[in-house]
Amino acid sequence: MKLNLALAQINTTLGDTQANLEKHLAYIQEAKRQDADLLVFPELSLTGYALQDLASTVAHHPAEDDPIFRPLLASSLDLDLIVGFVDVDRRRRLFIASAYLSQGKVLHIHHKVYLPTYGLFDEGRFFAWGDSIRAFDTRFGRLGMLICEDFWHASAPYLLWLDGADVLLFTSASPGRGLKGEKMGSAVWVEQINRSYAGLFTTFVAHTNRVGWEDGLHFWGGATIYDPDGELVAHGPYHEEALTVTSIDLNQIHRTRARLPILRDERTHLVQKELQRILSDDRPFS
Amino acid sequence: MIDLSLNTDLTRKILTDFIRSEIGRAGFSRAVLGLSGGIDSALSCALAAEALGAENVLAIRMPYKTSSPDSLAHAQLLIDQLGVRSLTIPITEMADALIAHEADMSNVRKGNIMARCRMIVLYDQSEAFKGLVVGTGNKTEILLGYTTLYGDSACAINPIGDLYKTQVRQMARAMQIPAPIIEKAPSADLWANQTDEGELGFTYEEVDRLLYLLVDQRYSPEECVEAGFDPGFVRTVINRIRRFQFKRMLPPIAKISNRTVGYDFLYLRDWGT
Repeated sequence: MKLNLALAQINTTLGDTQANLEKHLAYIQEAKRQDADLLVFPELSLTGYALQDLASTVAHHPAEDDPIFRPLLASSLDLDLIVGFVDVDRRRRLFIASAYLSQGKVLHIHHKVYLPTYGLFDEGRFFAWGDSIRAFDTRFGRLGMLICEDFWHASAPYLLWLDGADVLLFTSASPGRGLKGEKMGSAVWVEQINRSYAGLFTTFVAHTNRVGWEDGLHFWGGATIYDPDGELVAHGPYHEEALTVTSIDLNQIHRTRARLPILRDERTHLVQKELQRILSDDRPFS
Repeated sequence: MIDLSLNTDLTRKILTDFIRSEIGRAGFSRAVLGLSGGIDSALSCALAAEALGAENVLAIRMPYKTSSPDSLAHAQLLIDQLGVRSLTIPITEMADALIAHEADMSNVRKGNIMARCRMIVLYDQSEAFKGLVVGTGNKTEILLGYTTLYGDSACAINPIGDLYKTQVRQMARAMQIPAPIIEKAPSADLWANQTDEGELGFTYEEVDRLLYLLVDQRYSPEECVEAGFDPGFVRTVINRIRRFQFKRMLPPIAKISNRTVGYDFLYLRDWGT
């Protein structure tokens, strides 16, 4: 089975969901023109990243009667979409979220589980921590979504792998830092781990990232797709807006796993037993 | 290992992109900056010209009567090379009007007055030219507090504030800044024969390596000494960093209400753009 996967790396207007929606609709038109099956937007693509006190004013819950999600859900009749936004629950908790939209429906919402609150990051000050990591079924098979810091914790993609995800879809608003080598240090780190996950889990790993500036922080773009052998199959440009559309052959997963049946051999009960022992210790990380 | 080398092509792209983006988002397309004849303002000017187009950059030379003639000549070299717009507005009259109020004013006070006169000229021309003031302070001087508050530190955006002096030199070479500007001893040129390194008591080369360990690599003072730095030098530099923290911040506001600017009224400058 082939999946024509489109990765959008866009700049956003900080705190202006209407302006960002319009950019999404333009990218959707272009992705449709290129026969994309699934179009992925980066983290917080509908709002901008460093929202601080704007967070509550840009929150939307994905539903047909929501003015931002109505046109996106309508667009999802033609191609599946992943969009980044601020979700709000009935008790006014705010989450950094990704929604998977397909055939006019919201198939899955992921709330960012790991909110970096250190160094230049301050997410935990403004957002609630997500509390589940689940794969979900789509017309292209079972997929999993993670947002930026989520995939710096190996347990997150590991759980999605065990939960049946064969394509991991990662989104980021990753600020560029480190300017020694050929590319941004932050790009090197992200590409290393995404490539490793693809190889370790024998899955496709796709990643897309914001571009543009917010005050003195810039985002470096550089969307990538790694195949189940850990080979790079698509790479968007750094530092500029782009739509990278690539046909991936999902049967590659079967071929790689015939050669390398590490999923089959994964000893989940052993993992569970050892985790229980480690966590029952009074000082689990000592 | 202490390696301050940069990918100059990528740095150039990122910094010009920053200038274009952040000036554009503020609703402007032009920049104003003070051109001293030194390497920092030369680099900022070259980056601004590349980002916005030379015709959209106004470089202003602001000599005081004691300024070195070389400073004016070196600034002119760069103006000619880049083709940016330029003005020369001497600050002698305005500075002396204040300096004349007191006999025996110290060099530090005179120097601060000159730096703040230049700030007034730049912000006045900012309105006249409809351009934002682009900063020229590097990471070394920001960390050492070697700057006049509301003087040369005043700007709308600063493209070179995360580059150490030695990295400014590397970028200046990559951008073909005229050699005399790169090669001469750095000086605030506030009084005759002043040099930065003479006044600070150490070279930029030395202090940048130490700052890189202390700040970028989060070394403890003891680890810096183990890495080969003199304990007295480490102490001096750490004291300077701490003592001048106030120059790197907006003035604290005394909190009275439930929501206070600076503490819990939190928005980026790019809010809504």
